[in-house]
Amino acid sequence: MRPFSVNSLTDGKQLADIGTFESSRFLAGGTNLVDLMKHQIETPQHIIDLSRWDSANNIDETDDYYQIGAMVSNTDLANFAYQRKDLSVLSQALLSGATVQLRNRATTGGNLLQRTRCYYFYDTNQPCNKREPGSGCAALDGFNRIHAVLGTSEHCIASHPSDMAVAMTALDAQVKTINTKGDTRSIPVRELYQLPGDTPHIETVLAEDELIVAVKIPKKKRGTQTYRKVRDRSSYAFALVSVACDLTLKDGVIADISLAFGGVGTQPWHAASAEDFMRNKTASSSLYEQAVDLELNPARGAGGNDFKIPLIKRTAAFVIQQAVEHQMANPGHQGAIHAR
Amino acid sequence: MATITINGQEYPLPDDPRTTLLDFLHQHLKLFGAKKGCDHGQCGACTVVVDNERMNACLLLAFQLEGKSVTTIEGIASEEELHPLQKAFVKCDAFQCGFCTSGQICSGVSMMNELQENNPSTVWFEPNYSEQEDIKERMSGNLCRCGAYANIIDAVNIVRQDKEVS
Repeated sequence: MRPFSVNSLTDGKQLADIGTFESSRFLAGGTNLVDLMKHQIETPQHIIDLSRWDSANNIDETDDYYQIGAMVSNTDLANFAYQRKDLSVLSQALLSGATVQLRNRATTGGNLLQRTRCYYFYDTNQPCNKREPGSGCAALDGFNRIHAVLGTSEHCIASHPSDMAVAMTALDAQVKTINTKGDTRSIPVRELYQLPGDTPHIETVLAEDELIVAVKIPKKKRGTQTYRKVRDRSSYAFALVSVACDLTLKDGVIADISLAFGGVGTQPWHAASAEDFMRNKTASSSLYEQAVDLELNPARGAGGNDFKIPLIKRTAAFVIQQAVEHQMANPGHQGAIHAR
Repeated sequence: MATITINGQEYPLPDDPRTTLLDFLHQHLKLFGAKKGCDHGQCGACTVVVDNERMNACLLLAFQLEGKSVTTIEGIASEEELHPLQKAFVKCDAFQCGFCTSGQICSGVSMMNELQENNPSTVWFEPNYSEQEDIKERMSGNLCRCGAYANIIDAVNIVRQDKEVS
């Protein structure tokens, strides 16, 4: 690990007092960044330590929204969401990710900004446009079984690894940020990420001096919620494909649906075309299949990951079908299909 | 002075902010119970308990832990006798080479608390919930390359069901 200086953000010492530089990094739980620093993929000269930022550990609730502080751990957020039927998909997604040890340390803000687990991004002997712009992409002609099929470019096919962000996308959460000048703004999670294009090293719309303060989730009556994750082993593995779905059926018609995919996109994938296609139409298996086909129209495999295209189609159609059946049997249902 | 409490004893934090908790335990305190397996948060051999939560010591930068209380395998037992889970590991033959054992036990002890607090797991959303699958899921952050998993689960079950361990 390269040497770095440390400045701690506290409730009394704000970001404006500290300032940032191009080589600064915010350090929250460190479950991803510390690892990247060990690999010398990240070599920050200045660390802005967030471990003493106590006010970012709170979850606040109003009539209209939940506000999750950026430093709330994945465990605390999963436990909180488990108790609320309108946040079930978030609890399911969080608990499907990583291990208890990692979830106890990983934070809400950090989870959103974690980096890809592309093998070639981690292997500093290989070209990677994300790690070293202009060096090339070894994944295109390499082992690309875990890589993305949506939102890719000829410069990068790395998939986004987060489960939580997929649920946040389905729930239409907003990210609240502050910068060193004290300016604040809200960004929908659906607009937080940038497609790789020819600048895969730029992953979000956040400026270098912009810090995630909290995530706001709108409160509303939701429907049957599922996070379905398909992976190589049943625990402690990243998604090959995953589906987050919140569906409300009224008189056999899909009255409302939120749909997001994980594992298949270079960013958590909001399946907006599929949602629009299904909304206010009578539920049927051909409807789900046509809708997902429409979403997957631009999908392109790179060889090893071709299987993800039929797999996400089948998984999404299954999840939607299951939610529809559950809504038919339990009109007005909100939450998970199965929960203890 | 910034300090950290390890197994009930207070120590000054290391000067170099690059020092992980695991390296601090090994190189500064000569506490070698927590093991360095992968050093990347993948194997769980370095699992310790930080303020009642299990974490991978290899991914924690020690400077971030000012004022925290850490329990390692060296602090799990009382002065007089082994922790019930340690006894259960002996009884069930729950280890072969032993390299993962300190992490398994710290993880298992923490897991008992999580179960008592009714913390959910992903298995709780499955149609065919079983306690066995729940335990396996909760212990999945600790790899055992000897493959003693079945006996580790037996040891955990003995303590969970509060059976006498002698």
